[in-house]
Amino acid sequence: MAAREIVTATFDDIHAVVGAVRTIRDEACDELSVFGPIMETELEEAIGKPPSPVRRYALIGGISGCISGFALTVWSSYYYPLVVGGKALASIPAYVVIAFEMTILFAGISALIGMLIHNRMPTLKLDPAHVPGYSDDLFALRVACDPSRTAKVKEVLNSYGPAEVRVER
Amino acid sequence: MASVAPPARTPFARVSRDIIGALWESDLRFRLMMLLLLVVLGWAGFAWIYQIKYGMGTAGITHPVMWGVYITNFVFWVGIAHSGTLISAILYLLRSGWRTTINRTAEAMTIFAVMTAGLFPLIHLGRVWYFYFLAPYPNQRLLWPNFRSPLIWDFFAISTYFTISLLFWYSGLIPDLATIRDRLKGARGLGRLKERIYGYLSLGWHGSDSQWKNYRRAYLYMAAIATPLVLSVHSVVSWDFAMAVTPGWHSTIFAPYFVAGAIFSGIAMVITLSVPFRWALGLEDYITEYHYDNMGKLLLLTSLIVGYAYIAEYFMAWFSGDPVEWESFRWRALGDYSGPFVIMMTCNVVIPLLCFFRRIRRNIAAIFVISIFVNIGMWYERFVIIVTSLAHEYSPGAWGLYKPSWVELSITVGSFAWFLFWFMLFAKTLPAISITEVKESIAEGVWKPGDKKEEA
Repeated sequence: MAAREIVTATFDDIHAVVGAVRTIRDEACDELSVFGPIMETELEEAIGKPPSPVRRYALIGGISGCISGFALTVWSSYYYPLVVGGKALASIPAYVVIAFEMTILFAGISALIGMLIHNRMPTLKLDPAHVPGYSDDLFALRVACDPSRTAKVKEVLNSYGPAEVRVER
Repeated sequence: MASVAPPARTPFARVSRDIIGALWESDLRFRLMMLLLLVVLGWAGFAWIYQIKYGMGTAGITHPVMWGVYITNFVFWVGIAHSGTLISAILYLLRSGWRTTINRTAEAMTIFAVMTAGLFPLIHLGRVWYFYFLAPYPNQRLLWPNFRSPLIWDFFAISTYFTISLLFWYSGLIPDLATIRDRLKGARGLGRLKERIYGYLSLGWHGSDSQWKNYRRAYLYMAAIATPLVLSVHSVVSWDFAMAVTPGWHSTIFAPYFVAGAIFSGIAMVITLSVPFRWALGLEDYITEYHYDNMGKLLLLTSLIVGYAYIAEYFMAWFSGDPVEWESFRWRALGDYSGPFVIMMTCNVVIPLLCFFRRIRRNIAAIFVISIFVNIGMWYERFVIIVTSLAHEYSPGAWGLYKPSWVELSITVGSFAWFLFWFMLFAKTLPAISITEVKESIAEGVWKPGDKKEEA
């Protein structure tokens, strides 16, 4: 790809970022990322990236937890059969509790693992674009675009009252 | 904390500085308190070792009351744990803005309370070194736990609860840990070591939109699954009792009754802890009358549910026409343990009624005192349920009384020291108020530091 320029605008206010993101997206600049100390649903929707894959992890974790809860209890009842009063070996109603707890346990752990995998965490190397202020009170909007469009992008970003606009190659 | 400079420019920066500024400084008061806690903890440790060496005879539990103060403490501490998840998960799903400044404390309290509660079944074991028999693991005897037993359900429920609460709490901390790491950047000496430690703990969080997206999803799912979990855990604890055919225990009301009681006692403990704690850390602007007002309402609601359950139990005992059940309940109020019963009724049903008054809910000293009464009352509630039911079962020939021994009392006091020890350590090392969530509240215009919301 031809050399692209990265325009970074920093803001104090999340609402200004939302407006800027919306306009920049209309400008058809694709590679766009936002850094900040907080995130809001409105901003997430404005950025418009596909939904997080974490939900699949939670679902798969939950289902496998439920299956393993029932599997463990039912299997162990048959593995060492203790017939009491001629009753069925596997007492499903009693095992629901175990299966329920394991559903929750597996779903929670796998949601967290999914988050870590997709966020490339844990890592000791921070994203080079990260600046300490981004975890304090600064929001940064980074847009990668063709050099010919840089001026236009800068103009749009400036109209939202950023603290600073920087261009890097 | 010098390295937190430069001074705050924006409301967001002020939040980071205020909350991080409360960390690390350990004054004389803090050290003396820690020393006191360690002494108490040492004494309780001695009592436990004494009990392990000389056997369960050193505890007061004996036939017919085989569950005494240890199980009372277990249920009490599990109950305390519940409000943490309620505030962090259920109120998160309900989008209640007022939870933001107390959720971190409440979640930390949950974890330490479960850590405390988890000790009691072990302390209660005659041969504690065999506790691992509870876990399902392949062994040479080809034995598996009896999964029909409520005690095994409880083992699964408590360990799941502990794991999920810990993960939920930790994932909430990640962006805040990154904030601390970034504030310490460029520090020297000890500050540099801290920066590295908080850096490792923040797992490389840099706050990009894609990280936030995955993070917020994961947090939402954790909250969504923690909600049924919190309701299930105390239900399972209640089934430890309700599944037994003991008069006073064998009742279907137990699960909702225990869950409401747990939230009631947990909210009370949040109030009891947060009042001295906001003062000690100088966070009065963050936890205000507005928050106590809301907690007071929750306290009142759960108190009314618990009060209703007490009355419903009596009604069912009478309505069932079962003389054993009725005798058990009559004796509970009028027999040898009528003192604990009166304490329970006064502290849990009568005193919280004061929360009907807005002036009292917004008076921090008053709500603090009420919360202490509720803590006492809820401990006695568990004592009354457990001891009076066992002491007065079916056959009059098998009736008996129970008095806790010095070993049990020492360990009970020690459990409070153990809990407070962890809590104080937490308050000095981790942001006790969620920096990120306070900023979210400010951005959304829900609430800002110092705002007391006089007109609700």
